[in-house]
Amino acid sequence: MAIPYIDEFRDGDLARVLAAKIVAEIQPDRRYRFMEFCGGHTHAIFRYGVQDLLPPAVELIHGPGCPVCVLPIGRIDNAIMLAQQPGVMLATYADMLRVPASAGLSLLKAKAQGADVRMVYAASDALKLAQDNPEREVVFFAIGFETTTPPTALVIQQAQRLGLRNFTVFCNHVLTPPAMQAIVASPDGSGTAIDGFIGPAHVSTVIGTEAYHRFVAQYAKPVVIAGFEPLDVLQAVLMLVRQINGGRVEVENEYSRAVTPEGNRKAQAAMAEVLELRDEFEWRGLGLLPHSAWQIKAHYADFDAERRFVVPTLAVQDAKACECGAILRGAKKPQECKVFGNVCTPDNPVGACMVSSEGACAAYYSYGRFKMEAAR
Amino acid sequence: MSGVRKDCIRPVDFKHGRVDLTHGSGGRAMTQLIEELFLQAFDNEWLRQMNDQARFNVGAGRMVMATDGHVISPLFFPGGDIGFLAVHGTINDVAMAGAQPLYLSAGFILEEGFPLADLKRIVESMAEAAKRAGVPIVTGDTKVVERGKGDGVFITTTGVGVVPEGIDISGERAQPGDKILLSGSIGDHGVAVMSQRENLTFETTIESDTVALHGLVAAMLHAVPDIHCLRDPTRGGLATTLNELARQSGVGMKIEETQIPLRTQVAAACEFLGLDPLYVANEGKLVAICPAPFAETLLSAMRAHPLGQEAAIIGEVVADPNRFVQMQTAFGGSRIVDWLTGEQLPRIC
Repeated sequence: MAIPYIDEFRDGDLARVLAAKIVAEIQPDRRYRFMEFCGGHTHAIFRYGVQDLLPPAVELIHGPGCPVCVLPIGRIDNAIMLAQQPGVMLATYADMLRVPASAGLSLLKAKAQGADVRMVYAASDALKLAQDNPEREVVFFAIGFETTTPPTALVIQQAQRLGLRNFTVFCNHVLTPPAMQAIVASPDGSGTAIDGFIGPAHVSTVIGTEAYHRFVAQYAKPVVIAGFEPLDVLQAVLMLVRQINGGRVEVENEYSRAVTPEGNRKAQAAMAEVLELRDEFEWRGLGLLPHSAWQIKAHYADFDAERRFVVPTLAVQDAKACECGAILRGAKKPQECKVFGNVCTPDNPVGACMVSSEGACAAYYSYGRFKMEAAR
Repeated sequence: MSGVRKDCIRPVDFKHGRVDLTHGSGGRAMTQLIEELFLQAFDNEWLRQMNDQARFNVGAGRMVMATDGHVISPLFFPGGDIGFLAVHGTINDVAMAGAQPLYLSAGFILEEGFPLADLKRIVESMAEAAKRAGVPIVTGDTKVVERGKGDGVFITTTGVGVVPEGIDISGERAQPGDKILLSGSIGDHGVAVMSQRENLTFETTIESDTVALHGLVAAMLHAVPDIHCLRDPTRGGLATTLNELARQSGVGMKIEETQIPLRTQVAAACEFLGLDPLYVANEGKLVAICPAPFAETLLSAMRAHPLGQEAAIIGEVVADPNRFVQMQTAFGGSRIVDWLTGEQLPRIC
C-alpha cells in the first residue's frame, strides 16, 4: 500500500529517527507538557500510538479542539427542539447524532421518535436537501471551528443567490484563539502547567499563522502549528522542545505544506461577509467566553434559524459525575473521571468527550485502554 | 404444477412491469412469477417438483445450518448486487464451520412497485452465484408488502451443509500461541458499496469482493485439518471479527498493521471518508486461526488457491483476561483495535 502524499507522513523509520532526536535533545531534569489543541491530533496520536515513541518526560495533554465536545448541552437541546418542529428537516454532521442531550435524548433518539434528522457530509448537502424538498423547512445544524465555518458562510451566500425560502442555519461556529486563551488563563491554574501548544492543522489553513501572534505575545506560550499526520506531531514536539530549551517563545509552522502566514483570504472574506462575532458564547468546560463564536449578520437574517424559529437560551448543567469540563481544559485525564469506562463508554456516553472519536475520552477508551489496564 | 396454461395468459412484463400485491397473494400472478422467473433461473430437480419443501438425502456426519437476511442500499454496486451477496453470504456462513455447503433456500420480501426488471436481474445473479458455487437453491418463498413498507427487496437465505469427520472449527477454540491468518485485502466490499450511496457518490475502480469461499476452505482443511477458528469478516470488518473471536475464546490478540493486506484505492477512499478500513465490510475474505506449527503450511495452501493469493499471517493469539485486540501500528506505536461503537460515522474535521 502506498498513498502518495500521505504515507510519507506515516513512515515508521522516519518516526524512530525523529523520536531519537527528541530523546537526545530533552534536558534530563525537566518535563515538557504540551497541549495538542485539536481533536484531530488527539485522534492521530492514539491511532498511530505516537505517545509510545516519546520519552516519559514529554507529556501530551489533550485540548478542547473537538467541535462536538465543546458544544454545550443547551445548544444540542435547541437542535433537537428544532428537529421536532412540524415540517422541519434538520441536517447535521454525523458526529453530533449520538451526543447525549437533556431528558435522555440525543438527535439519534429524537430521530427514532419521528423527528426528521438527516446526516450530511458537507454544508452543501444541506443546501441540496432544501432544494430537493421545497415543501420542507431545512435547518442546517452548523458546528465546528474555523475549518467548517467558511463552507457554512458559502452556503448562506448561495441560498440567498438562489432565493431559497426554506433554508436556515443554526449557527454554532466557534473560534480557536479565544479557547486557547481561556485554557491558559483558566482560574483553576491548570493552564500554567502547559509549556507549549501543538497548533491546529486545518483551522490554521484558514486563519493562518498570524492569528496566533497575539496569543503567543500575551501568554508567553510557544505554538507550533502541525499537520494531522503522526510524523507532523513528532516533528512539532521536537520543535517545541527546541523552543523551550532555547528559551524562545514563537509561532512556528511545521505544516508549511498547507498553512501560510495570512491563511485563506477567500475563506476569511466569505466568513466576514456573512458572519459577525457574538458578544459571548457558552463552551462546555470553558464557560462563557467573550467574542468566541460567530452569528449570522442581519443582512442574512432570512437564513438564520435563531431568527426564524424560537431558540431559547438554555443553561443546562453537565451530568454531575462527568468531568468533560476539566478534561477539555487539560486539567484532568479521562481515567481520573469516576464514570470513565464504567458508566460512560462509547456505547453509552455520559459526556461529549466519549462520543466523538476526536474526544479525549473516546480516544483513551478505544485506543489506549490496554495501557491503563497494564498500569494497574 | 398448477393449472395455469402458458398459452392463455400474457407473459410477465420483465421490461416495464412492477411488483404488485397480486405477486404475493398466492394466486395466478404469483405462480406465473415463480414459473417464469424463479423456476427458470434456479432450475433444479427439487424446485421442479413444485412442493412447498425440498426433500433430499443427507450423508452421515454433522449437519450445519446458517441463515442470513440481506438488506443493502444500493441494491446494485460495483462487483455485485444483493443477489450475489444473498447466495455467497450464506454459503460462507456454512463454510466457516468447515462444512461443505449442500443446499440453499431463499425467501423474498418484495415491495409493491419494485421494478420486475431489477428483480429479474437480482434473481439471475443468485442463479449464477449458486451455479458457480455448485450449491442449488432448492426451496423458496415470496411475499409482497405494500409500498413504503419495504426497501425494494429483502432476501433471506438459509443453507445446510455437512462437516467432514475430524473437523472441529469453532469461535471458542483460539488458544494463546495460535497464529491468525487473513485470506486477502480488506475493505473492498464496503468501499465499493459506499461509493454508490446517493449522498456520497465518488468514482472508484474498486469492486466488491463478494464470492463463495467454501472452495478455499476445503483446500485449507485438506492441508491443515486442525484449524481452530474460521470466520468471514463481513459487517464491522476485520476488527469486529477479531473481537468476537477473542471474546468467545477468552483470549487476547496481537496483530501487525504492516501485515494486513489493503489496496491503495481502498486506503485512499477510507482516508478521505474518515473511515478505518479495519471496520469496513468484506464479503469474500476469511480469518483463520490455527496452531503455530501449522501456520506456514496453511498459508501456503491459501496462497495456492485463487481466492487466497494475498493471504498473510497477521498476528497471534495471546493470553489476556481483558480480551483486548492490540495492534502494532506501521508507525511504530501500539493501540487497541476496539469493538465498533454504533455505526462508523465520518468525522467533522
